[in-house]
Amino acid sequence: MSIAVSLRHQAGAFTLDAAFHMPPTGVTALFGPSGAGKTTIVQAIAGLIQPQSGRIAIGERILLDTGAGLAVPAHDRRIGYVFQDARLFPHLTVERNLLFGWRRARPRADGDEIARVIALLGLAPLLARKPRGLSGGEKSRVALGRALLSRPALLLLDEPLSALDAARKAEILPYLERLRDSAGLPMLYVSHAAEEVLRLADHVVLLAGGRVTGEGSVFDFAAGDLDGAMVRATGAVFETRVAAQREDGLTVLSFDGGELLVSRLARAVGTALRVRIRAEDILLARLRPDSISANNILETRITAIRPSGSEADIHLRCGGTPLTARITQSSLARLSLREGERVFAIVKSVTVDARMKD
Amino acid sequence: MPLILTPPEIEALLLSLKVSGVAVAAALPFALAAAFALANRDFPGKILVDGILHLPLVLPPVAMGYLLLVLFGTRAPLGAFLLDHFGIRFVFSWTGAALAAAVLTFPFQMRAIRLSLESVDPGLADAARTLGARPLDRFFSITLPLALPGIVAGSITAFAASLGEFGAIITFVSNIPGETRTLPLAIYTALQAPGGDVVAARLAALSIGLALVFMTLAEFAGRRARWGTR
Repeated sequence: MSIAVSLRHQAGAFTLDAAFHMPPTGVTALFGPSGAGKTTIVQAIAGLIQPQSGRIAIGERILLDTGAGLAVPAHDRRIGYVFQDARLFPHLTVERNLLFGWRRARPRADGDEIARVIALLGLAPLLARKPRGLSGGEKSRVALGRALLSRPALLLLDEPLSALDAARKAEILPYLERLRDSAGLPMLYVSHAAEEVLRLADHVVLLAGGRVTGEGSVFDFAAGDLDGAMVRATGAVFETRVAAQREDGLTVLSFDGGELLVSRLARAVGTALRVRIRAEDILLARLRPDSISANNILETRITAIRPSGSEADIHLRCGGTPLTARITQSSLARLSLREGERVFAIVKSVTVDARMKD
Repeated sequence: MPLILTPPEIEALLLSLKVSGVAVAAALPFALAAAFALANRDFPGKILVDGILHLPLVLPPVAMGYLLLVLFGTRAPLGAFLLDHFGIRFVFSWTGAALAAAVLTFPFQMRAIRLSLESVDPGLADAARTLGARPLDRFFSITLPLALPGIVAGSITAFAASLGEFGAIITFVSNIPGETRTLPLAIYTALQAPGGDVVAARLAALSIGLALVFMTLAEFAGRRARWGTR
């Protein structure tokens, strides 16, 4: 059961002509610059605007098929929508906001599920308050909870973090990660921030000028390997598993291609964790360095060299895992690197994202 | 100038309050429907409909009273129909005064309601749609409660304005003590009688006092209207 979207819509000088598929689980990011048509797409999926032509289906359930003259009204679509500006109802308390969609859902979520959502998003202390007095981050959490309790078949998140400052973003991201890892609910996450996409998404759809320019896994996205991608590689994202807890206070993570040593993580052996390595945080060496403070030195092979201005992105493969290093053109010339050659990647820093799955 | 009101003056005051109250309550559903039809949407002929609905605001009240007489007089088709089938008689009756006041203050009420409906962020109704709320449900659960302070303020203003209605009432239902003699008509009657200016001054002061009280109330109600905005 996958989610298929194809839309054609013209408004003024802007033409949207986009088609893509979403896997039935996990987070799909709709990534692109402002004006690319991201919001138009999510509004069409929710049924808030009627595209001139298109087809939207969640598995067997068809929400829109202009060819067949079919358009399910927004209130019958069961699509949760978290707006950029939260849009809480100002005359209702947080509790009544949360229950607004719940009351209208068939079948309704039971008491356990309500309690679970309230706990997941930390909403218990806010229930009796009115939206007016809430902080931006609190409003986002309530909006998220309100959409979840309406029992949607698909959750749309339209740049839910863009109105928040860095501190508030950092406050909300863990909630979104918990949601991704605990709810078996497909989510379409609209963003123009690569950092959020790398942290949250499983699947990425690239959008520019109203067209889909690339589609693939977040790992390919991070490596700059999506077809037609107009974005540069930002680094590497890949799945690891906790392999061992060492006595010297380090945690060993294994991945397809080797192992990484990181500062102690309080996670059980076998826990799956997503790891990010920024392109700027990888140094390259022709020979294995033996007196160096870095813990992680990976043997890799160069798969591609992509110059960009005074720098070059060196695409590497360590076992089955793609990595990217960003070095200067002068370093590239000095090391005279070529595709297919062996090179050692010295990893300066590793970011580990929380994953709650198994 | 004795400030104690005489029984006929108290009668005029109570009648005024009754006529205005009934006028505002009767006009409210129509004003609400018209405001909802005009707010946030376009249809062919909207400007014309809008203009017709605002006519009572600019027509001479006496002309309005005459029009009502033509329509609702006991020999006029509509007036005869209402009298024969429902026993409703507007002419020479306080209900006729209420009808005149309702027609004349309808635009006040409709404008205030329309403005407050339009000030409700349509994005909130969109949010309600994605949460499963149908059109009527959205209107009653989101738009109407958020517009309510503005609706209350508009109704209070319309009430205060209808307390001062004169021309249409005297033309349509005449000046009958205890039945159609509201405060303005009582002031007019007093001024017609020799030595009546003390009574007129007292009733005028009372009218000013009432107007001040209700306009202050409307202001208080309107302040809460900021709810509806983002």
